[in-house]
Amino acid sequence: MKIPRTPWLLVVAAGFWAVVQLLRLVGFNDYYLFIANLSLVYVILAVSLNLINGIIGQFSLGHMGFAAVGAYVSGSITTLIYKLSPNVAAHYPGFVLALVAGGVAAALVGVAIGFPTLRLKGDYLAIVTLGFGEIIRTIFNNIDAVGGPRGLLGIPKFSTFTVILAFALITVAVIRNIAESAHGRNMIAIRENELAADLVGIDTTGYKVKVFALGAFFAGVGGGLYAHLLQIAHPTQFGFIYSVQVLIMVYAGGVGSLTGSVLAAFALTILTQVLKSFLSWLKAVTDLPIGGDWYMVVYALLLILIMLYRTEGLMGTREAKLMVIPEEDEK
Amino acid sequence: MGSIFNLQQVVNGLQLGSIYALIALGYTMVYGIVRLINFAHGDFFMIGAYAAYGAFFLFNAVLGGSGLPMAGIALVLAMAASGGVALLTNRLAYKPLRYKPKLSSLITAIGVSMLIEYLFSAIPFIGPSFRAFPDILPSRPIQIGPNATISTHALIDIGVAAVLMIGLTVLVRHTALGKAMRAVSQDKDAAKLMGIDVEKVIAWTFLIGGSFAGAAGLLAGMTYPRIFPFMGILPGLKAFIAAVLGGIGNIPGAVLGAYIMGVAETFATAYNSLLGEGIAFAILIVVLLVRPRGILGEKSADKI
Repeated sequence: MKIPRTPWLLVVAAGFWAVVQLLRLVGFNDYYLFIANLSLVYVILAVSLNLINGIIGQFSLGHMGFAAVGAYVSGSITTLIYKLSPNVAAHYPGFVLALVAGGVAAALVGVAIGFPTLRLKGDYLAIVTLGFGEIIRTIFNNIDAVGGPRGLLGIPKFSTFTVILAFALITVAVIRNIAESAHGRNMIAIRENELAADLVGIDTTGYKVKVFALGAFFAGVGGGLYAHLLQIAHPTQFGFIYSVQVLIMVYAGGVGSLTGSVLAAFALTILTQVLKSFLSWLKAVTDLPIGGDWYMVVYALLLILIMLYRTEGLMGTREAKLMVIPEEDEK
Repeated sequence: MGSIFNLQQVVNGLQLGSIYALIALGYTMVYGIVRLINFAHGDFFMIGAYAAYGAFFLFNAVLGGSGLPMAGIALVLAMAASGGVALLTNRLAYKPLRYKPKLSSLITAIGVSMLIEYLFSAIPFIGPSFRAFPDILPSRPIQIGPNATISTHALIDIGVAAVLMIGLTVLVRHTALGKAMRAVSQDKDAAKLMGIDVEKVIAWTFLIGGSFAGAAGLLAGMTYPRIFPFMGILPGLKAFIAAVLGGIGNIPGAVLGAYIMGVAETFATAYNSLLGEGIAFAILIVVLLVRPRGILGEKSADKI
């Protein structure tokens, strides 16, 4: 007899939501809430990148390019709606649709990029996706209708904690379920040995394009939420360096481990903020010219050290016990 | 032939191509020997420019700021600094990962690249703002046609690149080290069995590749006199694409690809500046779709 599985993911998310709501009552200020929101956006970006880099073993370096597509598309739509009637509460269905539209646009771009590039492997694919990410950014930088180099301004602040948490939950649930399905097994087979996977009849190219599109979709949604959190979509927000930040989250958490990505997204977002405030504190106290770039130095060192001393990341390919399907006994 | 396709543009393209060629050589040599795309290579180029800048301030009082001795010292220091950093990078970051999966080396290379860039940007007396590169060798134009001039800078760029490239060719073809390099790039394990000290060959490759990037940094600083900590990213990427265009791992291919790239970019920029920015990626996409092994590259098949 099969015992119905506890929806642990839902429980964890609900618990997190309740804790944050309680903390709000006892002086959890807007800055902390912002960090929580940002962490959740990075959860979406990191988990979706992990699907591409971890589960199916491709190497994409242009994840923020997809996020940019989502941000600009959804941002343009909501800005337009908001201009027509500035009643925030009534626009949430529109906002959700705009996010999905942004995701779909990003997925289409993902397919368009995926077809020519996914026959490349490893380091070549990395460079090409990097190039495409930069091309997307350059294109937005030159479209005057969305602000060009000034960025798309005046995006309404629709990304509330609850909305972001809901989307993060959906992202993790969908990607986890895919990873644990038969399709997910095929993807892992492609990761472990593409030639062998091809020989046993797995449609490797088909899977790669689909995964690329799906990863791009969630990156687009994440980008949309990001833009509605910061109320701006600017070309510099989606530069190569931010793709690398997401990449660091995936590798720090353990490539192939979704739990790892979630934990690392939180840990590194918080670390960034702590480092930033520590640096400005140090600057104020010692009166030395300490620039904000030092936190990137720490990030880079972190990436190198992880690669040198713990290549498989925090979690390896393991998942937290709460989130895995218990193995069924074979009798 | 309209106003865009003229001799002047060819000269400018060759000048730019020379700088790309010096960077691309390092990419292609390192790739040929250890199969690693050394992301940090563009930053070695940046280090060269800053080392030359530093040399100017160190020796300004003695040598009077400009002239050939100054340029010579700047060139030597730029090459030494970049070569040294390349050597150090190889020793500390890449060597421990030599026999781990290839992607971990690539990610480490991204980390090294970020580390160098942001370290330079964060150290107060270096970054993060733009700095004007001193006019070490004042340039003057020489008339070479009805509508075209060639500046002495262009002659120096092309000349230095040519001398270094000839030196490299001699090294690779006619010395024991060169023979060892070719052997390692063909088959690392067999080379080891033949008694070649593979790690030593790899270290030499990084040293030579890095010092070439450093020389390119000085030349770029002189020609386009504005340096900043992130100046290596785009030329590095374009030089990498040039190496892919010529066939990565292939030394003449890298030079050929770099000159094609330099000329193509100059013409594209003359036509439209946005096109100039994008032409490199357009070339990359076309090459990867039509002939992924590059112009002079050898065909490789999946080994089962």
